[in-house]
Amino acid sequence: MIEALIVFIKIVCALAWFLLLTLYLTWLERKESAVIQDRIGANRASIFGIRIIGLFQPFADAIKMIFKEDFVPAFSRKFLHTIAPFISFFFVAITISAIPFGDSIRIGERTISLQILDFNVGLLFILAMLSLGIYGIILSGWSSNNRYTLVGGLRGAAQLISYEVALGLSLIGLIMVYPSLKLSSLVQLQGELLFGFLPKWGIFLQPLGFIVFLFAALAETKRAPFDLPEAESEIIGFFTEYGGLKWGLFMMTDFMEIIIVSTLLTTLFFGGWQVPWLAADGFHWPWGGEWLMAPWVVTVFHVAVFNIKVFFFCWLQILIRWTYPRFRYDQLMDFGWKLLIPLSLVNIIGTGIVMSIIR
Amino acid sequence: MIKALGYFVEIIRGILITSRHFFVNMFFHILKVFGIKTKRKGAVTIQFPEQKKEIAARHRSLHRLVPNKDGKPRCVACMLCATVCPSECIYVEAAEDPNLEMQKYPSKFIIDIGRCCFCGFCVEACPEDAIRMDTGNIELAGYTRDDLVYDLDKLLK
Repeated sequence: MIEALIVFIKIVCALAWFLLLTLYLTWLERKESAVIQDRIGANRASIFGIRIIGLFQPFADAIKMIFKEDFVPAFSRKFLHTIAPFISFFFVAITISAIPFGDSIRIGERTISLQILDFNVGLLFILAMLSLGIYGIILSGWSSNNRYTLVGGLRGAAQLISYEVALGLSLIGLIMVYPSLKLSSLVQLQGELLFGFLPKWGIFLQPLGFIVFLFAALAETKRAPFDLPEAESEIIGFFTEYGGLKWGLFMMTDFMEIIIVSTLLTTLFFGGWQVPWLAADGFHWPWGGEWLMAPWVVTVFHVAVFNIKVFFFCWLQILIRWTYPRFRYDQLMDFGWKLLIPLSLVNIIGTGIVMSIIR
Repeated sequence: MIKALGYFVEIIRGILITSRHFFVNMFFHILKVFGIKTKRKGAVTIQFPEQKKEIAARHRSLHRLVPNKDGKPRCVACMLCATVCPSECIYVEAAEDPNLEMQKYPSKFIIDIGRCCFCGFCVEACPEDAIRMDTGNIELAGYTRDDLVYDLDKLLK
């Protein structure tokens, strides 16, 4: 009974974290793009005349979207048309269950891991769920019964499947180095030290894998420079026939994918919740000396650092989105198949060679 | 593949430019939060309803009719403005003026701002310098089309 309650609380907390971050990522996107372009950005939304640099904007957007007409085109397949955004949303939202937010904490007799479910195959689970999200895209494109959205959906499916290959292959090197698919133990292993001072993070052991994963993951989020499936401004994308909250779900899916990619980058390549030189009882500096702390302070440190890393990668992805123009379709496919996949194969072979020499 | 790698330098330069903009602008925004006045601002935005941009001296804004010393319009109802107007938005009705120097005056002078294209031809055509576009009023919006029809009283203000 109490186990179920704990899991329930964890689910609520993780989803609340996820959705709030999603909500404020829309705000961050508007503000960050504005600052990059020497503008101010959305700052008018107010409650009783109070407008804290536009922090109420996401709520205003949400209310607007809720009260819009739920429009379904006359010739569309209504059931599939309705269910497509939910499929997209669901398969992204469920991935948060495998992300470790921090080390396991002890309350009385009980050990609670700050992770909803500690799968043995957590990494594969996340990749599989992200792949299943393609169904949402292709169904929305097809069921709208509009040739342009169909083409958009096909473009999206082709892009995502191509980059899925590079995404998976780039992680094989990582799995060779840290022999586990369990995300919690992956993070645990990254807490060790390399040469006595360097944290054993994925980025230091797998720099090439990191670059390939970063680009493939950016393509997975379907945003500029890889935004051919939706392409708000020029090409007609897969959710053209949607409006109101269903469109909002697709938009939220985009932002949630950013967060998931950020958490994955953090967990796999930047040590997850690990802080360099922070052990369970406090800091042990590599130049000698210690700085001991209570266990709960350490836990707070872990969760805070995890959040900071995730925020940084969200920021970085938005920066990338507002820097680069869109790829042409053939360039996109060339980049995926001719550059990223060979690079990830080279990474696997190189990792194997280095590991066999060192061993 | 080689070509794609060749673009790599430019890709890095691009992200350096945007991140430079981000950090420099954030620096000035943060200075503003702490109340430090700087010559340079974090954003070039003019927040319109509260702040207004200064209009150039030659800007063509809402029309006005130039009054005489007695407050009546200087216009002699020669119809040149109505003739030259490309969007045909000026309607003038002439009436006889007892003053022999004037001979005619406009009993009706209506400009439909909703049709006006702000070309300024009426100002150029006027022989009496009776119509000008120098009010500096550019906030011309109305809830109905009738709100945008300006008659003699409104134009003389």
